[in-house]
Amino acid sequence: MLSTQTEEPILENEIVEEELEPTDLEDAVDNIERVVPAIEFREVYLSFDDATILNGISFTVRRGETKVILGRSGGGKSTTIRLILGLLKPDSGQILIDGEDITHYSENEMMEVRKKVGMVFQEGALFDSLSVYDNVAYRLHEQGVSDQEVENEVRRMLRFVDLEDAIDKMPDELSGGMRRRVGIARALVGDPQIVLFDEPTAGLDPPTARTICELAIKLRDLEDVSSIFVTHELKNVEYLSNEYAVVDENGDVNFEQEGEKLCLINTEIVMLKEGKVIFTGKDDEFYASKNEYIQTFVRGK
Amino acid sequence: MNLLQKFLLELQEITLLITSAFVGLFKSPHYIKETIKQMDLIGVGSLPIVILTGFFTGGVLILQTFPLLVFYGAQSESGRAVATSLIRELGPVLTALMVSGRIGSAISAELGSMVVSQQIDAMRALGTDPYRKLVAPRIVALIFMLPFLTVAADVFGLIGGGIVASTLFNQDYNVFLASVRNGITVEDIIGGIIKPLFFGLIIGSIACFKGLNTTGGTVGVGRSTTSAVVLSSIVVIIFDFFLSRALQSILDVRPI
Repeated sequence: MLSTQTEEPILENEIVEEELEPTDLEDAVDNIERVVPAIEFREVYLSFDDATILNGISFTVRRGETKVILGRSGGGKSTTIRLILGLLKPDSGQILIDGEDITHYSENEMMEVRKKVGMVFQEGALFDSLSVYDNVAYRLHEQGVSDQEVENEVRRMLRFVDLEDAIDKMPDELSGGMRRRVGIARALVGDPQIVLFDEPTAGLDPPTARTICELAIKLRDLEDVSSIFVTHELKNVEYLSNEYAVVDENGDVNFEQEGEKLCLINTEIVMLKEGKVIFTGKDDEFYASKNEYIQTFVRGK
Repeated sequence: MNLLQKFLLELQEITLLITSAFVGLFKSPHYIKETIKQMDLIGVGSLPIVILTGFFTGGVLILQTFPLLVFYGAQSESGRAVATSLIRELGPVLTALMVSGRIGSAISAELGSMVVSQQIDAMRALGTDPYRKLVAPRIVALIFMLPFLTVAADVFGLIGGGIVASTLFNQDYNVFLASVRNGITVEDIIGGIIKPLFFGLIIGSIACFKGLNTTGGTVGVGRSTTSAVVLSSIVVIIFDFFLSRALQSILDVRPI
């Protein structure tokens, strides 16, 4: 009796994912969109030559959730998010985006998927030859959007990252933190529902790193974006899992600590070790974990 | 065996690069603006060095062959000597070598640093195919501009030859021009324009391939730039031999 009870919900879940027709979807749009995970990894393996990078990784990112991927350098963190964009292909396993299996998609098919995903690269990866305006407008220029619309959208995005003044600058005139923020603005054009951050705060001073985290919190709480935040800095984890963004009556965004009011912060931690997931859960569980590797990571020794 | 394998693998990848670049040409978006920009950079930008190369090559050809022609009593044919060698061989090959040094290195360094700084990944992440946006315009521009550059080198080579013949060897300008006109056939000119089309393809595809396959940071950019120039120059010279042989039989060119 016990066993059937535990099995049933899983079965239902699978039926919901696989058998719903578009017509059914119209009736239950809200529900379905929440049920199907934004990103799902199923037993993903990847190796280069002799080195195994990912050794059977499985995790899901639900709608509106932020997953922080922690791990040491070279632990397969960045590789994981490159797989989501199809910049790399796994050796085996499945990767699903919005319930769509993209594992074997060709480069052409991936182009459609990439429209739903924004990616923030480690150093920003801005196009050197283009101004900040053209960098942010890149996706829109490619789609042939009219100039007026492009300008509005670019200004809106630069306002979001608080960099409207830098609109005419070239990337080499910007500081490291500004480059990351322009990178974020560029990734957010077209309002993607999934945003991937690849070590966005690496090498930045604490206040600038904090602003980057605030942007991620704003996206999570105010824009309902699902995201993956790859990092190795615990400070980021602290911000992302203890604070939430609210808009006050003046329209200003404020950040409040968890615990002041009842709230559920939609952030979980995934810890990678040598290509395997060794922990998934909330931050307090993470810090309380008895796992030696996690303890070493937290304490630094 | 290992070397052969590596060679075949690279050949396969370059072929794939060329096909995906050219298949992309027929789909929208078309990067016409980008292509024109590259044509300007490659064509107009390379004009000065190509003109200088042609001019002095023509001059030195006369400088070296004139005494020999005097020995055979054939100094009136000096124009023919320059024209045949320039238009058939030296014009196309030297232009290709100069362009591979100037443009091949620039392309592979630019693409290489874009790879290293993740700009290529960013481009793909933003939904653009780098083969269509970056590779195709460069290869098309090279194929289109190289014949024009070759013609410029040929013309200035003949001018250089003429100037050297008249100033250093006191040959009458009209005699030189007449022997040039007698020396060149339509087949020579056609052959001399077909060659750079292939050379443009070789330089463009090798430079783009080496650039896009850069690994190992900034050192890697240097490495891929060097190998792009070396490889494309060598391939141009080797390919030139076989192309000349093929053109000889196709166009039925007479030996002299």
